[in-house]
Amino acid sequence: MNVATDLYETTIGLETHVELSTASKMFCGCEVGFAGEPNTRTCPVCLGLPGSLPVANARAIEYTIRIALALGCSIAPRSLFHRKNYFYPDMPKNYQISQYDFPLGSQGFLEITGEWGTKRIGINRVHLEEDTGKSIHVGGSGRIADSDYSLEDFNRAGTPLVEIVSEPDISSAEEARAYVTELRALLESLDVSDVRMEEGSMRVDANVSVALAGAEEYGAKVEVKNMNSIRSVGRALEYEEMRQRRALEAGEILIQETRHFDEKAGTTSSLRTKEFAFDYRYFPEPDLVPFEPDPAAVEAIQASLPETPATRRERFAAEYGLSDYDVGVLTSSRATSSWFEAAATVYPGEAKKIANWITADLFGLLNEAGIELDGSKITPAQLAGLVDLIDAGTISGKQAKRVLAEMFATGKDAADVAKEQGLEQVSDEGALEQAVDEVIAENPDAAEKVRGGQLNTIGFLVGAVMKKTRGQANPGIVNDLLKRKLT
Amino acid sequence: MPDLHWTSARELARMLEAKEVSSVEVTEAFIARGNEVDPKLHAYLSTTAETALEAARAADERRASGEGLSAFDGVPIAYKDIFCTKGVATTSGSRILEGFVPPYDSTVVARGHGAGLPMLGKLNMDEFAMGSSTENSGFGPTHNPWDLNAVPGGSSGGSTALVAAGGVPWSWGTDTGGSVRQPASVCGLVGVKPTYGRVSRFGVIAFASSLDSPGPITRTVEDAAALLSIGAGHDPFDSTSIPHEAEDYLDGIDGGIEGMRIGIVDEFQGAEGTQPGVTTRIDEAYARLEKLGAKLESISLPSFEHGISAYYLVAPAEASSNLARYDGVRYAFRAAGDDIVSMMSRTRDEGFGDEVKRRIMLGTYALAAGYYDAYYGKAQKVRTLITRDLERAYESVDLIVSPTSPTTAFKLGERTSDPLSMYLSDIFTVPVNMAGNAGISVPCGLSPDDGLPVGLQIISRSLDEKTMFRAAYAFEKDFGWIESPESRPSL
Repeated sequence: MNVATDLYETTIGLETHVELSTASKMFCGCEVGFAGEPNTRTCPVCLGLPGSLPVANARAIEYTIRIALALGCSIAPRSLFHRKNYFYPDMPKNYQISQYDFPLGSQGFLEITGEWGTKRIGINRVHLEEDTGKSIHVGGSGRIADSDYSLEDFNRAGTPLVEIVSEPDISSAEEARAYVTELRALLESLDVSDVRMEEGSMRVDANVSVALAGAEEYGAKVEVKNMNSIRSVGRALEYEEMRQRRALEAGEILIQETRHFDEKAGTTSSLRTKEFAFDYRYFPEPDLVPFEPDPAAVEAIQASLPETPATRRERFAAEYGLSDYDVGVLTSSRATSSWFEAAATVYPGEAKKIANWITADLFGLLNEAGIELDGSKITPAQLAGLVDLIDAGTISGKQAKRVLAEMFATGKDAADVAKEQGLEQVSDEGALEQAVDEVIAENPDAAEKVRGGQLNTIGFLVGAVMKKTRGQANPGIVNDLLKRKLT
Repeated sequence: MPDLHWTSARELARMLEAKEVSSVEVTEAFIARGNEVDPKLHAYLSTTAETALEAARAADERRASGEGLSAFDGVPIAYKDIFCTKGVATTSGSRILEGFVPPYDSTVVARGHGAGLPMLGKLNMDEFAMGSSTENSGFGPTHNPWDLNAVPGGSSGGSTALVAAGGVPWSWGTDTGGSVRQPASVCGLVGVKPTYGRVSRFGVIAFASSLDSPGPITRTVEDAAALLSIGAGHDPFDSTSIPHEAEDYLDGIDGGIEGMRIGIVDEFQGAEGTQPGVTTRIDEAYARLEKLGAKLESISLPSFEHGISAYYLVAPAEASSNLARYDGVRYAFRAAGDDIVSMMSRTRDEGFGDEVKRRIMLGTYALAAGYYDAYYGKAQKVRTLITRDLERAYESVDLIVSPTSPTTAFKLGERTSDPLSMYLSDIFTVPVNMAGNAGISVPCGLSPDDGLPVGLQIISRSLDEKTMFRAAYAFEKDFGWIESPESRPSL
């Protein structure tokens, strides 16, 4: 970082939209799902046909309370929906049913860990709303303004959507990335959403402003959109931060605007300036009645909350004695954590070894194959079996890598693969004695050295036995045999 | 046999049960009467005579095998064109919905089908129920059978004109500020605005969501009670629907009003624009209630004078949002445009009529940032005051009475250029919608000024429709007007 950048301070606030994985939509009985033939998961309600009325999905409210509680929010004793009015062709009613001054959750926080230590990012609000349909603009640049025509798909319209708004407590692109990573892991652990940024079930918009350090007011607020992965959140915000710093250094005045992140170019460009603020004419949704979350139900949700990723990290370090790196990899998703814990339960006491095999070797294979852990053929019990086989001395660590590759490809047990490949170590002293004797006879000088007390030469002889047995001898047993014969 | 088309739904039900007549005969009689009078009235926006006759045949078969769907199986009906009807065009009186064919039935219509009522067609109305004369229909006005140069009231004017002319025994309308009671009053009929949430709004094209109340339009109080019994009751598809099962409103309707305490609103006495002939008939009605054993006392409802002003903020505000969906993108009318913005604005410019545009602008303004508290917010506070005033009044009385409308039917075109005078038609009815309780309009004779019908409004507590029906029935029976030929307009 150069001196000039230290003159400035970056302030970032993130708005995250999460599609809930409820069975049905927010205000009707249509199925929630990704993709599919356009306009097949629709009904009069989510199409906004004349006369249709919304009925709130109780499960979606429960999921929202779950999210809010996991973020340490207080739950509104009385909440209601509002209408947010604006015209857009993908919005069937030309208003969105959302929440305004009584969000379900408010005043929470999320802790992020990194080179800055542990930092608490405030959560301003967690509220529930409905998603819009999807527009496909044909012709021109792909935006509505210069397209030849537009197509609308309302399959997504009415999907329950939770908006999580952070306080402007984030000070760098790196912190923003950590926030999104942590939030995604938390949401995943709650089992309330697919949280797939690529498919849009989790979407992040950022407000970024750079100003002179210590300035009393924030700089111009720039909204950055179209960040479709955690990586692009980091890239977009790094770019935007630098762009604003350079502009300020050059004496330019920044304006409040919305900018679009170009994934390929790695840059942001102006989408629209916010010279005037939209007036959404919010008013209480008269088709729905205000509701009061039952305190007992809220308490039950609180009690049923699963371990948060942060607590899990602490537990993995304490309970299994894992390194920070291993903890990080193994708690990156709920699926990975449970996979590891399942293996560690099958073969207790050797969690560290199991962790190493997962983070180093298994993840290597997964990356190569481009699949996720839960999509692989190998089971936690099978991986534990592999470590068991190594510890028993049946196969060497080096052989185990080959065995794992085969297990990964076929889904077979470690012992079966070792047998098939003739990889099993020979640990039987009787079977090894002949080879040991031959090696002593073939290497009289080395044998003499060992006899004379130069025990480090024994390694050379072990190696020779291994070579003779094409690696199948158990090196520990060979070592013992040599020692007994020569000392 | 008397003319079938002047026969009440209850009497038709009795005749059907006694096999004195078939549903096909009854339905054919009303279709014939409709064909005869509609060229003069323009009550229908669409007719479904063929499917009505099919439904009538099915009803006759059920009756023959003793498996009637309800006591009224086979008694025909027609609906205000605000109720969605599966496979039958529904316009809410607006050009912008021309060509819209709903893929589903509103709950009211579904319950009508469930009771075996053959549907004769869909009836004219002020566009999106905004108006008191049916002149705001995008498809031309409806005429009052009592005076073809006069309006039938509104917004449910198609329904009241057709029922009053004997074209159908009963109809469902909707009442947002008086849209059932006022046209019933000026057409000499019974019109009910039930407690808000008593009848499902599902499938009712929204005007002002927090005020819209579907209600029966009939010739007799008993028919109104019966039709409400068919359509009312909790509906899981309407979140504002009251979680009560339907009641039989005919049960106990003849209990009389001996000892009942009835309030007369001080603030309504001599209200601006009340015609002397209306006052005459209303005073007679009050005297009749007293004669029947009710105790009349005057009550004060100071907030009522703000009813109309607050209503004209709340209703347009909700309407501005409810009507936003009509943009030409997904269904019905679309005007050509160079791009999405011009397509949407031209569609709305050409598709909506003046009154609808006026209210959309009014409502948009009332909700705008910076004005919300002064307008919409304040109007909602007035609403709370009206509700509290009423609650206080109901500590000392069981019912409240007033004229339904300050005037009899006015002439077509008389008020179209003066929206404010039109708005004042609802001065006595609007507070009931604002508070959400129930009201009924009952005929109390013809005005000595112009020979046109006058209506008495009886207002009950929320959920106390039974007391309201008891009083209305006692009045109607003692008055006896509905039995006389004087109650039937000659066309």
